[in-house]
Amino acid sequence: MVIDLRACDGCQDEQAPPRCTAACIQSRYVPEPMEWIECYEKELPGGGTQFIPTPCQQCQNAPCVNVCPVGATWHTPEGTVLIDQERCIGCRLCMAACPYDRRFFNWGDPPRPPETAFVRYSPENQVGAPRGTVMKCDFCPELARAGWIPYCIQACPHGALYWGDLEEDLATNGKEVVVLSRFLSEHHAYRLKEELGTRPRVYYVPGHGQNAGRDPQRRGRHPTRWPWKGKARRWARSGR
Amino acid sequence: MGAIGPVEAFRRRLEERALAPLTRTGRGYYLLVGGLLLVVAWGLYAYTSQLREGLVVTGMRDRIMWGLYITLFVLFIGISHAGTLISAILRVTNAGWRAPITRMAEFITVVALMVGALMPLVDLGRPDRILNLLLYGRWQSPVVWDLLSITTYLTGSVIYLYLPLIPDLALCRDRLLQGAPRWRRRFFRVASLGWRGTPRQRRLLGSAIGMMMVLIIPVAVSVHTVVSWIFAMTLREPWDNPMFGAYFVAGAIFSGIAGIILLMALLRKIYRFEEYITARHFVNLGYMLGAFVLIMIYFNVSEYLTTGYKMNEEVAFHFRQLFAGELAPLYWFYLLGGLLVPGLLILLPATRSVAGIVTAAVLVTLGMWAERYFIVVGGLRVPLMPYEAASYAPTWVEWSIMAGAFAGFGLIIALFCKLFPLIAVWEVAEHHEEEAVRVPRRVALAWAMTRPEGPERAGAEWPEPVANLEDTPVLGGGRR
Repeated sequence: MVIDLRACDGCQDEQAPPRCTAACIQSRYVPEPMEWIECYEKELPGGGTQFIPTPCQQCQNAPCVNVCPVGATWHTPEGTVLIDQERCIGCRLCMAACPYDRRFFNWGDPPRPPETAFVRYSPENQVGAPRGTVMKCDFCPELARAGWIPYCIQACPHGALYWGDLEEDLATNGKEVVVLSRFLSEHHAYRLKEELGTRPRVYYVPGHGQNAGRDPQRRGRHPTRWPWKGKARRWARSGR
Repeated sequence: MGAIGPVEAFRRRLEERALAPLTRTGRGYYLLVGGLLLVVAWGLYAYTSQLREGLVVTGMRDRIMWGLYITLFVLFIGISHAGTLISAILRVTNAGWRAPITRMAEFITVVALMVGALMPLVDLGRPDRILNLLLYGRWQSPVVWDLLSITTYLTGSVIYLYLPLIPDLALCRDRLLQGAPRWRRRFFRVASLGWRGTPRQRRLLGSAIGMMMVLIIPVAVSVHTVVSWIFAMTLREPWDNPMFGAYFVAGAIFSGIAGIILLMALLRKIYRFEEYITARHFVNLGYMLGAFVLIMIYFNVSEYLTTGYKMNEEVAFHFRQLFAGELAPLYWFYLLGGLLVPGLLILLPATRSVAGIVTAAVLVTLGMWAERYFIVVGGLRVPLMPYEAASYAPTWVEWSIMAGAFAGFGLIIALFCKLFPLIAVWEVAEHHEEEAVRVPRRVALAWAMTRPEGPERAGAEWPEPVANLEDTPVLGGGRR
């Protein structure tokens, strides 16, 4: 994944919570208070801020995969890291190990809306993962298999998120297709905490939303919401 | 044989004192056990609510995902180092004064390990899947290293506790014939493995203990190193530190010495072991505690100076939270109450008494709890991404389980008091006999050397030799 921070304004002009996070929560039934893709607002050296949407970094040398005692998290051949919540023992060492804070725990029974009643659990959709297990962003493998791009990318109003394949050397934000290696070099892409040697598969193009017309001095974004949580609570109360 | 010599009298007195807790049980004991059982039951009740609702009943959340349970895990595994240090290291170095306290030290090791090893299970999100560790265990994971090293250490400690118990179990078998319930006599008969004290048995026991005491030391060192690796294998600022293994081992021995001093003081008071556990034992252990105060200060200075000199962003945050922020009360308590005051209590002759050293041990135990807490929680509190630092406060469930864990620790020790002699009778007797032979000779030699006229003319003034020494039957290994 490539995230063009020049185009990301944290959805300030949408007057809404970041669309990527919202689409992720809406489509993947991400339980509150998890944000598999989270828009951090980071201070800039000269004052003002930038927004950094942060999904799982899908590291090539993933600390979480390294430390898992039961092999419940692993690299797929396509290059994403998945979790088998039917094997996870809930020791949370992977969460301690992740330097990006991209792993979340089902402290109680994860809330889910009634429309998930017939969804069958699989490590590729994580709906129905039981309490006491770890969850995270997985780059929507079921969509990928069907030839689609992840929900967060589909939802981004500014085309700031690109999704592609390092080996095919192509990436798309749903509007245009770029040659990945050229795009990364020409726009001085970097990776988060590169010095740690985790070799993330998520790249960032530096910026503060200028392509979306954002002034770095304009701070704040709308807080994240879980629109289906009332439904989920009512459904849980009625005994599911 | 004739009249009883002082050595034999000492041994009889010792046997009676050491076996007294096994034969007589006062009302206070039942009250204590009852009280401990209540607290354990309360802890179990808290745990059932955690099983019912999930870990959501704790104060832990995504950003601070470990708390009191992991703190207690580190603390208890640390305290378990008491036994190895007091018993094995002092045995290897042949420090004779250790004899009356080795048994208690070995008890602490086994019990602290049993309680400590439970804490990660309590912390587990899916305790029902614990077998996955065996089914799908990966050697690359520090959790599996922990599982392996702790079970090895527990097995080794149980063997190491059991071996020197054999002659004493035989003693119980032979002495506690009348009035003892049948299960108990049977227990001693079976557990003493037919010990008769024959030369061959003694030789075998001697070499078995000798082997275990050497083996158990590297195992103990490795265990707490591996515990620290749970933290040091992550990419988090205060944890990602090559010094952590040595630091944790030092802290473990430090809290272990404090643990043994506390247990020693309690049992000495309750069972009137004053003749065997003397002020000398407290002072000697106090010196060890004092030495470890210095080692801990050394490690803290090393850690804070090497990281603080460079002061990257995470280190700066960590220092702020320790010195002046959310964790400052705990940190300053550890620094002043857990290191400085105990160090002074031991250093100053006026407070280097049993009471002073027990006070120091209480402070060290509390200080080390605080240290474990701010290592675990403080390490997780340092923000990894641009967000406000999270906070953690244990809930009633966690406090209750902590109370239950300490009560369980006390309960198992209390039960052990009724099953096994608390003092290694044969080792103390043997040591006493050795001293009885050696001390008069040494005194005589010193006497002779300090007299300008030489020993020949001073012969009449030599101290009295111990009467009947040669007639005294030897228990255990015999004099060498």
